[in-house]
Amino acid sequence: MRLRCKVNGEALEADDVWPGESLLYVLRERMGLPGSKNACEQGECGSCTVYLDGVPVCSCLVAAGQVEGHEVTTVEGLAEGERLDPVQQAFVEKGAVQCGFCTPGLIVATHDLLERRCQPSDPEIREALAGNLCRCTGYEKILDAVRLAADRKAAS
Amino acid sequence: MEFFKPATWSEALAIKAEHPDATPIAGGTDIMVELNFDVRRPGALLDLTEIAELREWSAVGDGFRVGSGVSYARIIEELGASLPGLAMAARTVGSPQIRNRGTVGGNLGAASPAGDSHPPLLAGAADIEVASVRGTRRIPAAEFYKGVKRNAMEPDELIAAFHIAAADGPQQFAKIGTRNAMVIAVCSFGLALHPSTRTVGTGVGSAAPTPRRASDAETFLAGELEWDSPGPLRDSVLVRFGELVAQAASPIDDVRGTADYRRHALSVMARRTLGWAWDSYRRN
Repeated sequence: MRLRCKVNGEALEADDVWPGESLLYVLRERMGLPGSKNACEQGECGSCTVYLDGVPVCSCLVAAGQVEGHEVTTVEGLAEGERLDPVQQAFVEKGAVQCGFCTPGLIVATHDLLERRCQPSDPEIREALAGNLCRCTGYEKILDAVRLAADRKAAS
Repeated sequence: MEFFKPATWSEALAIKAEHPDATPIAGGTDIMVELNFDVRRPGALLDLTEIAELREWSAVGDGFRVGSGVSYARIIEELGASLPGLAMAARTVGSPQIRNRGTVGGNLGAASPAGDSHPPLLAGAADIEVASVRGTRRIPAAEFYKGVKRNAMEPDELIAAFHIAAADGPQQFAKIGTRNAMVIAVCSFGLALHPSTRTVGTGVGSAAPTPRRASDAETFLAGELEWDSPGPLRDSVLVRFGELVAQAASPIDDVRGTADYRRHALSVMARRTLGWAWDSYRRN
């Protein structure tokens, strides 16, 4: 099928898409957007988290055919040009990255959390990020980054 | 593989009548795992996510009709106060991303004994509304689950909604797993106290070929509870209730736990949830 959808604000098309392939595959292999990571392919790890119509989802669990006519925002769509999103900036400053594979998903999930709750408690942060696994187990720095981004957002 | 994307419910029913093998897909949290790992290649997928009415719920009589495509996240947010047992179960589903996509309709369609929404649907005596081009019928949850991953639907039917009464008393849900998120239940238990009818509802999950009620436990407890002058529960009642719930199960040994462990855990969950629910009833 020819798939038409809006990705990061831009109307995109991809040809010869198998409707049962995942949105993650479409993004990475057909649209040149490798930010969303392919790790577990079963919704366990959150590395492929994107916004679909404004709601965070595992893009590995969305069928390409379901995205026709819909709107996707990936981690690539969060920065404004060269200016990082405050969540991305906080992850950089706090060194909340080890191998980096889980980082894009964590950034999208954190971005969504801070859209909904500007001063989340630690249990709220943990609950919001429960679907994002860091295999390096570097969660402390990740929590530091989320708190920093939240503080800045609250102050702005 | 064909991919059908009906915009209306009547169109979806017509497609399902013509292609009974078409696999319905909504949140995709089960089906896409099978597709990604090449476990299954259905001849056709029937995408239900464009049908607006499946994502709607409405208050009907003393309860609700909830479209099969309402996500777990929305059940928690929009219906949690009226359907606390189901909302508690919904909070244990997967992760935020999974709850944003997954639906009760998907749980019912998959009919896995471990599905988190089944115990509260059983405890709350929900009806499942299924439809085909031949018409619409309502199946009580207690008659819906027919075997491991089998339900009472005909090949041309789709799940439209479920009907469930608003809580008329305390409801509880408990689930055993290795962590708080992303776990398939080792076993689970749902409890609903119905003070208005002096009855008790239960649902046992992941401890038998199908989700099922613990009917003897319900009858026993309904007779023991002092609804009009609620005092502390006697230990003997708690223990017996736990035993009867465990006896209702017929669990197996598998990778997630042993049959013995499941029986034990069920009796503990039954006791605990009853304690919580009864305390809440006494306070109100």
